[in-house]
Amino acid sequence: MLAEELDDVKQKLVESACLVESMVEKSIRGLTRRDEGLLLEVIGQDEPKENDLEMEIDEACIHVIACYQPQARDLRTIVMLSKINNDLERMGDEAVNISEGALFLIKRPEVKPLIDIPKMAEETRRMLKDSLKSFMDEDTQRARGVCQRDDIVDGLRDQILRELITFMASDPTTIERSNHLIRISRSLERIADLSTNICEDVIYMVEGKTIRHGRFEND
Amino acid sequence: MENTVLRTADLSASFGDNRVVKDVNLSIPEKTVTTIMGPSGCGKTTLIRCFNRMHELVPDAKVEGEVFLREEDIYAINPMIVRRRIGMVFQRPNPFPTMTIYDNVIAGYKLNGVELSRGESDKIVEESLKKAALWDEVKDHLRRKGTFLSGGQQQRLCIARALAMNPDILLLDEPTSALDPKATGRIEKLMTELKKTVTLILVTHNIGQAGRVSDFTAFLYLGELVEFGPTKQLHTAPRDKRTEDFLTGKFG
Amino acid sequence: MDRERIQMRIARDRAFKGLVVLLSFLSIVPLFLILFYILENGLSSLSWEFLIELPKPVGEAGGGIANAIVGSFLLVIIASLPAVPIGITAGVYLSEHKRGKLSYLVRLAVEVLQGTPSIVVGIIAYLWLVISTGGFSALSGGIALGIMMLPVIVRTTEETLKLIPDTLKEASLALGVPYYRTILKVILPAGFSGIATGILISVARIAGETAPLLFTAFGNAFMNVNIIKPVNALPLLIYNYATSPYPEWHSVAWGASCVLVGLVLTLNVVTRIMARRWKIQF
Repeated sequence: MLAEELDDVKQKLVESACLVESMVEKSIRGLTRRDEGLLLEVIGQDEPKENDLEMEIDEACIHVIACYQPQARDLRTIVMLSKINNDLERMGDEAVNISEGALFLIKRPEVKPLIDIPKMAEETRRMLKDSLKSFMDEDTQRARGVCQRDDIVDGLRDQILRELITFMASDPTTIERSNHLIRISRSLERIADLSTNICEDVIYMVEGKTIRHGRFEND
Repeated sequence: MENTVLRTADLSASFGDNRVVKDVNLSIPEKTVTTIMGPSGCGKTTLIRCFNRMHELVPDAKVEGEVFLREEDIYAINPMIVRRRIGMVFQRPNPFPTMTIYDNVIAGYKLNGVELSRGESDKIVEESLKKAALWDEVKDHLRRKGTFLSGGQQQRLCIARALAMNPDILLLDEPTSALDPKATGRIEKLMTELKKTVTLILVTHNIGQAGRVSDFTAFLYLGELVEFGPTKQLHTAPRDKRTEDFLTGKFG
Repeated sequence: MDRERIQMRIARDRAFKGLVVLLSFLSIVPLFLILFYILENGLSSLSWEFLIELPKPVGEAGGGIANAIVGSFLLVIIASLPAVPIGITAGVYLSEHKRGKLSYLVRLAVEVLQGTPSIVVGIIAYLWLVISTGGFSALSGGIALGIMMLPVIVRTTEETLKLIPDTLKEASLALGVPYYRTILKVILPAGFSGIATGILISVARIAGETAPLLFTAFGNAFMNVNIIKPVNALPLLIYNYATSPYPEWHSVAWGASCVLVGLVLTLNVVTRIMARRWKIQF
């Protein structure tokens, strides 16, 4: 009945989340190790699979609402599962963007040794992993922790931007490559952002409190 | 594709000149819960009473068309045999007031004059009450009359009584409409268990119940079968506007 | 509105209520007067011997009413044997078939029978059974009484069964049980309390009927259990002895009246208790 259906949807969502996590990880690894195979995998295999999962989960959520008219916590759960589903799909899209940019970059010499991007990628990955863990464990404390780390990633993106601007200014031949790097850093920043979205959804699902759009509880 | 356990061919039923079921063609899949849903007076109770040949007991009642139970024409067999293979549970719980709980469960055998050994009847009573999720509550009171049971328990007793006959199909005519929400919930849960062994055909005008419990839904309106399909699909994107209007509460 | 008006209304209200109570009370008075009178005159005759001895001829002291008591029981049994099954069956038929020619006729017959004066029933029984067999008998008396029992049993059976919800019948039929078994094993047992009450009420009614017995059972000075011979009964004995010129017989009549009234009262009380204990709530 309802409880089992909700569990089914959660399971599928966990599957989708793991897939997205691996897509992000593979795209960064493909960039740093210059591994074309990995990047093509992300674009060619992982993304279609993620899209199918997203549609499956979406339909399942609608069916649950139609057939069971869930209330209170069950209602918050199913609506948030639907939203998390969307966020995951967008993360997948960003991972694809990273992979496409990386495909361009690995065929050309480096602008500069990659230090900050992997650092940013690592922090983003940790945020993503924690947000998914907070969802699976319904751990609102961990979720709140993730939301607070968003500033770190934003800071890293600004730093990369400043650095690359100086490169572009001094050597115009680096502009195209730098542009791709900037775009990759933006994708990572968006993935971090989507992770905080997921955490906000988890808090709403568990506690019924909204902390979205910068509304913190002390407001 | 599931097996079809019951099939109707242009089934119509009337009271005198008044046709309340019109040319219904329906195939019920086996070991599922199929709900027949529709507004009050749409003919759903009359329809299922054609399945166990109870409709013809009313004076002036007429049935046209055919009904096949596993491809056997039920109107060509003895109606009493049909009723032993297709059981029924009614809207208001109706255990036999002069019999003990034990006797109520095997009433189908006793009243038909079937001789059962003590061991056999004990087994049937225990199995049926367990299937109806009532065994634990009454196992120490089997020799008492059923009147001390609550409404929900009485209804489960009626379900046990019907199950004791080992029917192919169990018809349930708004089985929870006279019960409180808690008892209703228990019987809904029971139905999702029972469908593993018996095909269930449920009549209800409660859309929520239809959504929670059934695998397939048939929507009946003014005696006509408007739509039939998997419940999930009917509730999300029905094909017929009348179905949609009913589900959205435009008439009920 | 003024206080005076309201006071008037309250007063009128009280007066009305008081009147209702008074009149209700008045309706019990005849019963108590009868009982009192009978007990006053008949109690002295009552004794164990009174109940088990046969009546003595005129002039001899003592004696009892044993043959009348036994005779009354015999007549009730003879009356019940046909009346109960026929009555219940007719009641079942009427409750199952509310419309139709036969129902209409049966209902009509029952109504007419109920309204027929008891003496007319007696005359019919006389014509059928006494003249054709050439003599008075317990059988003819029993038949006459049975005819009088019939409408009551039919009526109460029908009313009782009407109160049984249809779903009970449907539950049985839905199990594949044939119709006649449903009636016999489900419906009639469920209506047992009402039907039994009906039978007892009809017995109480005929226990005191005198007119039909005058020319059927006829009466008998001796004990008789042969149904084709005349038999004595309590009402007959009371009638004969009360209208006789002998004072000893008058006191016997009073004693017998005590016994008869006692039996009827007991029957009514038992009926009430039974009805309440065995009643099934739907």
